[in-house]
Amino acid sequence: MTIPEDLLYTKDHEWVNIDADKATMGITDFAQNSLGDITFIDLPKIGIQVKQSEWCATVESVKAASDVYAPLSGEVLKVNTELSSHPEMVNKSAYEAGWFAVIKIADLTEKNKLMNFLQYKEYIESLSK
Amino acid sequence: MQLIFEKSRAGRKGFALPEIDVPITGALPEKYCRKTQANLPEVSELDVVRHFSNLSRLNFSVDTNFYPLGSCTMKYNPKFTEKVAAMEGFSGLHPLLPQLLGGGMLAQGSLEVLYNMERLLSEITGMSAFTTQPLAGAHGELTGVMLIAAYHKHNGERRKHIIIPDSSHGTNPASASIAGYDVVVIPTDKEGFLDMRSYKQALNRETAAVMLTCPDTLGLFNPKIKEIADLAHAVGALMYYDGANLNAILGKCRPGDIGFDVIHLNLHKTFATPHGGGGPGAGPVGVCEKLVDFLPISRVVRRTDGTFALDYHKHKSIGYIAPFYGNFGVILKAYAYILALGKSGLIEVSENAVLSANYCLARLKDYYALAYGKSCMHECVLSAARQLEQGVHALDIAKYLIDKGFHPPTIYFPLIVKEAMMIEPTETESKETLDAFIEAMIEAASLSKTNPEALRLAPLSMPVKRLDETRAARVPDLRWQPK
Repeated sequence: MTIPEDLLYTKDHEWVNIDADKATMGITDFAQNSLGDITFIDLPKIGIQVKQSEWCATVESVKAASDVYAPLSGEVLKVNTELSSHPEMVNKSAYEAGWFAVIKIADLTEKNKLMNFLQYKEYIESLSK
Repeated sequence: MQLIFEKSRAGRKGFALPEIDVPITGALPEKYCRKTQANLPEVSELDVVRHFSNLSRLNFSVDTNFYPLGSCTMKYNPKFTEKVAAMEGFSGLHPLLPQLLGGGMLAQGSLEVLYNMERLLSEITGMSAFTTQPLAGAHGELTGVMLIAAYHKHNGERRKHIIIPDSSHGTNPASASIAGYDVVVIPTDKEGFLDMRSYKQALNRETAAVMLTCPDTLGLFNPKIKEIADLAHAVGALMYYDGANLNAILGKCRPGDIGFDVIHLNLHKTFATPHGGGGPGAGPVGVCEKLVDFLPISRVVRRTDGTFALDYHKHKSIGYIAPFYGNFGVILKAYAYILALGKSGLIEVSENAVLSANYCLARLKDYYALAYGKSCMHECVLSAARQLEQGVHALDIAKYLIDKGFHPPTIYFPLIVKEAMMIEPTETESKETLDAFIEAMIEAASLSKTNPEALRLAPLSMPVKRLDETRAARVPDLRWQPK
C-alpha cells in the first residue's frame, strides 16, 4: 500500500496535493484496492462549488458504488476527463494519472482537518485491526 | 450457447401467410417506413421451441435449487396462493369497476381482501393503518418518506435530513434523497450496532426521520432500539422501519410497539409471494395514528352497512402514488398465505428462519470469519477474510457454489464487512439441504488452502465459464449486431 509523503489525506480515503491556491485531489491506493476494479467515475462539473467532506464524485466498481468527498472547499477548476473512458487508471495509478479534479482552494485553514501521511498510515492500520 | 439470431438461416420460416385476397390500397406513408433492416431471425417454429425450451432449462429458481441470497429472503412460494390468485372472481375483475356507479357492489370480495389485508398487516406490525398501493419495497420506502415530509410540512416544519446507518440497504438513502432530504450516515460500532455517540451528535431539530432496519443487514437485533426511538421522538423526528427483515420477528415483537411511526413491508420477502421476474412486487406501507390522514388515496373503507367502498376524499392525503390499488394479485397471494399460516404459523416462520440461519452460522464459524457477534437472527454474515490470505475472494467462493448447484449468497454486502458473504437460508429449507450447502462451503474453505486455483476458475459446469465482470461493466455489449 503506497502512501506518498508529500500529500494530505481524509478519513474517507481521498488524497490532496496543495500547490499555492490550487489543490489536486483523488482517491488513495487503499481506496482503489478496497473498491476493486473500477468501472465508472462520475466527476463534478467544472465551475461548481464543492464543500469540504461533501459529495464531489461517485466511483463505481465491480463491488459497489461509493461517493467521493471533497477534501477541501472551493471551485472545481479542472477534472480528469481521461477517467470517463479509462476508469482503470485509478486502479493503476491512484496518485498520478488517476487524479480526479483540481479545486481552487477557498479556505486554506481547512487543511488542518486533514491527515499527513504518518497519521493516515496509522489510521489505515487501525482499520484493519 | 447460440443466440437465436445466430441460428437464423435466410428464407427459413415458422409460418405461412395466406395469399392476399383484398386489393392493396397504396403504400404506407414514407414517414412510417423503417430505413434500416429489422434483422429479425429467420427460424422455423421448431427452432424457436427448442431455443426457448433449452433456455428455460438453464433457469435457476427457488423451485429448482437452494437460494440463500441474504437480505432477499428467497423462500419457497407456496403454490396454493397461485391457485387463489387465479380464481376467476379475482383475476377477471376490471380494475375500474369499484369506481363506477354501483360497480363497487360487484367488487365487494376484492375490496374486502384489501380491507382485511390492511387490518392483518396493522395487527402483525402494531401500526394503525396501511396502504397496500406501493408496487415494490423501494416504492413503499419512497411513499413512507413522502408521508414523513407531508407530516412535517403539515406541522409547519422544514426539516432537512434523514439519519441512516452505514449498514443500511442502498434504497434507504436513495428514497430519502429522491424525496428531497439530505442523508446523514451513521457508522456502525464494534458490536455491529448503530454508533450511539455519532447518532446523538447527528440528531437535532432538523432531523426529519431515522431510517432503520431491525434486525439490520448484519442479521443483528439492536438491543438499544427503544432508546434510539425515544431520542428521535424527543427532537420531533419520526422513526422509519425498513421491513425487509420483518421475517425474523413475526409474532415476537412489533415495530409499532417499539416506537416506529412508518413501516414498509416487502410482501415478496416475509409473506412468500414471488420475486422479481416471478413478481411483480408489493411494498405496503403502515403508519401510526398521527400519519393516517396523509396516506395515499384511495382508501378502502367499510360502510356502516358492512359493505366496502373506495374513499377518494382525503384532503391531507399525499395523493396518488400508483394506478388503482397496488399489485392486487400479489396482495391476494400474501393474504392467502397469512390466513393459511395463522398466528402460530407466522410465529413458527420466524423461529425456523432464525434457527436455520444460526445452524449455518454455528457450523461454518470454524471455517470462515464472523463479521459481528456470536449469533444472528434470520441471516448470518460471514467474511472470506481468512481465505483472502490465500488470494481467494468471496466472489470465487460464490462462483464455486454455482458448480455445486447452489445459488451463491449475497456477496460484498453489507458494504462495511470486508469480503462479506450474507447467507439467508429461510425457514422453508430442510436440514438436509442446509447440510449439503454447508458441506459445499466447507469444501470451498479447504480448497482455498489446497487448491485456490480451482476456486478462481469456477464455475466450470455452466454454459458460460467465469465472466469478465470488469470488462462487461467497462465495455458493455448490450445488443446483438449483424456482422
